[in-house]
Amino acid sequence: MANISKRNRRREKEIMDASKNRREIIAAQFSRRDLMKMGLLTTAGFLIPKNGLSARAPQFGGGGFGGNCFGFYGQGGTPVSPPTTPYLEAMPIPPIAQPVLNADALTGPLPQAAPNTAAGEGRTRTHQAFTTLPPQKYYEVHQIEANISMHPQLPVQKLWTFNGTVPGQTYVSQYGQPNLVRNFNDLPANNGGFGIQSVSTHLHNGHTPSESDGFPCDFFGVTKWYDQHYPNVLAGFASTHPPTGDINESMSTLWYHDHRVDFTAQNVYKGLAGFYLLFNQFDTGNETTGFRLPTFPDFDIPMMFNDKIFDPTTGLLVFDLANRDGILGDKFLVNGKIQPFFNVKRRRYRFRWLNGGPSRFYQFYITKQDNTNHNFWVIANDGNLLPNPVLTSNGVRIAVAERMDVIVDFSSFAAGTKLYINNRLEQCDGAGPTDNIVSASQGNKVLEFRVTSDAVSDGSVNPATNPSFYAVPAREPEDETRCFKFDRENGQWVINDEVFACDDVRFKVKRNDAEIWNLEGGFNWQHPIHIHFEEHQIVKRNGNTPTLIERGRKDVVRLGENDDVELFFRFRDFVGRYPMHCHNTIHEDHAMMLRFDIDDVGNSNESDCGRRF
Amino acid sequence: MNRRSLLAALAVTRSSRVDDQSRAVTRARYFPNVELTTHEGKKVRFYDDLIKDKIVVINLMYADCEGICPTITANLVKAQKLLGARIGRDIFMYSLTLSPEKDTPAALNHYAKMHGVKPGWQFLTGKPEDIEMLRRSLGFSTGNQKLDKDKTNHIGMVKYGNERREWWGMVPGKAKPTWIVESILWMDETNVKPPAG
Ligand SMILES: [Cu+2]
Repeated sequence: MANISKRNRRREKEIMDASKNRREIIAAQFSRRDLMKMGLLTTAGFLIPKNGLSARAPQFGGGGFGGNCFGFYGQGGTPVSPPTTPYLEAMPIPPIAQPVLNADALTGPLPQAAPNTAAGEGRTRTHQAFTTLPPQKYYEVHQIEANISMHPQLPVQKLWTFNGTVPGQTYVSQYGQPNLVRNFNDLPANNGGFGIQSVSTHLHNGHTPSESDGFPCDFFGVTKWYDQHYPNVLAGFASTHPPTGDINESMSTLWYHDHRVDFTAQNVYKGLAGFYLLFNQFDTGNETTGFRLPTFPDFDIPMMFNDKIFDPTTGLLVFDLANRDGILGDKFLVNGKIQPFFNVKRRRYRFRWLNGGPSRFYQFYITKQDNTNHNFWVIANDGNLLPNPVLTSNGVRIAVAERMDVIVDFSSFAAGTKLYINNRLEQCDGAGPTDNIVSASQGNKVLEFRVTSDAVSDGSVNPATNPSFYAVPAREPEDETRCFKFDRENGQWVINDEVFACDDVRFKVKRNDAEIWNLEGGFNWQHPIHIHFEEHQIVKRNGNTPTLIERGRKDVVRLGENDDVELFFRFRDFVGRYPMHCHNTIHEDHAMMLRFDIDDVGNSNESDCGRRF
Repeated sequence: MNRRSLLAALAVTRSSRVDDQSRAVTRARYFPNVELTTHEGKKVRFYDDLIKDKIVVINLMYADCEGICPTITANLVKAQKLLGARIGRDIFMYSLTLSPEKDTPAALNHYAKMHGVKPGWQFLTGKPEDIEMLRRSLGFSTGNQKLDKDKTNHIGMVKYGNERREWWGMVPGKAKPTWIVESILWMDETNVKPPAG
C-alpha cells in the first residue's frame, strides 16, 4: 500500500515537473518563433515532449558500490589521505569560554539594541529582547586563523577558529541568564584554498531571536563585528508558559557553527564550530543534584566528530570544491584530532556526541577489544533529554548536525581495558549510507577509550533504574499543515522544486500557531533536515510511531530515500526570518534551503499538500 | 601606461598578496589549462586566458538542449544585462558546451546571437575529452554513474568564483537573475555586505 502511494506521488511529481518546465520556458520570454527555431514548439503550438521537457529522466539503480566501500571514493580525483597511526594523542576537550567582566570590558562601544553600523557592527536588525531579557554575561570571540595540529604525523594546518581552537571554546550557560557574544571577524586575507572571509555564526537549536540566530544571509565581512544576543530562555516564555517558559522544552547540547550562505560547508570544514551547553535546575551539571547526570566537566564530555581528507603529498587538509553530492572524508576526527585516545575512570560518563559533518552519517557502537558490543544508554536526542534513557544494543545512528547524549558505564572493566567508538555504517558516496552495518572489525574505530586504574566514586543516576527526565510536551490541533519534498533536479538540490535565495520568503508562519509539517525525501538520496528556532516532535515516520530514540524533541530529522515524516511544531515568542535546510552542508550550499518568516499574520501553504496520500 | 598594461600591473600587485602556493594547488586540481575555441573562433587557454585573476561565471549548455538550458541561458542573459559594463571588464561569463562534436564555433555563435548574448560572455567548445575533463574538474559531474551519463540532468548549476581569492561557489541556474547577480557580486572583494531584506 505504502509503495503504491509512493509510486503515485512520484508520477504526480513527474507530471508537475513537466508542466513546470514548460511554464519556465514560456516564462523565460522566448517568442513562439524562438521556440520553433529551437525545436521546442510544433507548428500546431504544442511543446514537444522530449526527454528533459516531458518528465524526469528514467529511474536509476540503487546507490552504493556493494560490499565494504570504506576507503573508496566515487568522485574521480578525490585524493586518498596519507596513512596515520591511530590513538597517538589524547582527545582534546575544548576550553570553556570565559566571560569578560562586564559590558564595559568588551572591545568597542557598549552593546545596544539597534545595530551600531557607525562603529563597524555588521548587524542590520534591532535586538528583539535586549531590554526584556537583558544580557547578564558578556563574551568576546575572535574568528582568527590559527596553526592547528590534527595529527602528529601530518603538518600543522592553517585553520579558521573561534579564539584559536578547533572545536571552538565551549559556552556553558544557565537558563534564565542571557548572554551577549560580541563576535569579531578577524580572518586573514588569504583563505589558503577554500573558505570565504565573511561569516554568520548560527547557534544551532537556540530559541534565539532571528537577528542573533546566525541566519545564512546575515553574514559580515573582515574587520566587522556582530553582537549576538542569546536569551537562554525556554520556549513558551512569552506565550504558552509565561514568564519562564516550558521546562519540558529544555535543551542541553547545542552547538554553534558558521552558516554563511553558499559557503557553510567550506567554512565549517575549515574549523568554525563549537559547543554551547545549557544547564538548569534539573540538568544541573552536578551528579548529586537534579537528574543526577554525570558531573560536568569531569564526567560530562562533548565530542565532535568530523571526517576529513588530507592531500597525500602535502598532508594538508583538502576540501573538494567540485563535489555537489556530499564530501566523505577518510580520516575520522574527534574534537579536532584524528583517532585520538581518551582515558576514562571506572564509572559512568555522559558523552555528548555531535556529528559535525560535512556529509557522512554514522552508526556508533562501543566495541570491546574482542569486537563484541558494550551496550550504552541514549539519554538525549539533538541535545534534548528523552523522557527516559533508552538502552541500545544496536548502536546509535547520527546524521550530520544530530546530537546524541549517551551514558557509557565503564565500571565493569579492569584497568588497562581498551574500548572503541566504532562507526559501522557503510557509506560510499554523498548520497547517504547504504544501511549495511559492517562487522565490528571492519568499522571505523574513531576513538580508543583506555580504562585507568584510578579509584573513583560515581554519584550519578544509574540509567538502568529508568529515571524520568522531561515529559514530551503535549501536542495541540494544528492551525496549519505544510508539505515539503526534498529532491534533486538538474543537479540542483531543491525543496518543493524551488532553490534558495536570501530574499525569497517561501511562506509565513503566524507566531504562536501550531503546525504540522510533512517532509518527504526524494529518490536515491538521504538528507538530514534542520529547521531553525523551534523544535519539533516526530509524529509519524512512514506512517508509524517513531522509535523510542526519536520520540522526543528534535531539530534535525533524517530523511531516508522516499521517507515521509510528519512533524509537530509550535512557533512561539520571537518573529523574523529563519531557514529550513539540509544539513549535509554540501546540499545546503547547493540551494537545498528555504527561508520562512515568523510574523503575526502568517499564511497558508496547504496547496503543496495536494499530492499527499 | 595604457589601460591594458595598467590592469595587468594591478593584477600582478594584487596576486602577490595572495597565497600562490595554495592557488597553484587549486589550479592543478580544478582548472586544467586546455585549449578551447570561443564562439568567435578564437583559440584560448582555459586557465591562462579565461580564469586567472578574474571573477568568472561558468555554466554548461549545448545548443540543441531542450531541457533546462534555455531557462538558464535566459536567466544568464538577464544577469548579464544587470551586470552591465562589468561583464567583460572584471567579470567574465563562460558557457561550455556539453556537445563539442555538434557545437562548432559557428553553431555556438548562432546560439549566442539567438539569445541576445553581449560581449564579455564566451561560448566555448573544444576536444571532447578536454571538455569532459573540464566538466568533471569543475564540479559539473556526480558520483552517481547513471545520473552522470544523462546529459539532460546535469547542467543546472552555475559556478561562480574569484580565482585570485580562491572563492568558489555555485548558484542554481534556475534562480532569479537578481539572485544570480547578487551571488556573483559577492566575489567582488569590496562587496561583502549581505543582501537586503
Ligand atoms: Cu541533503
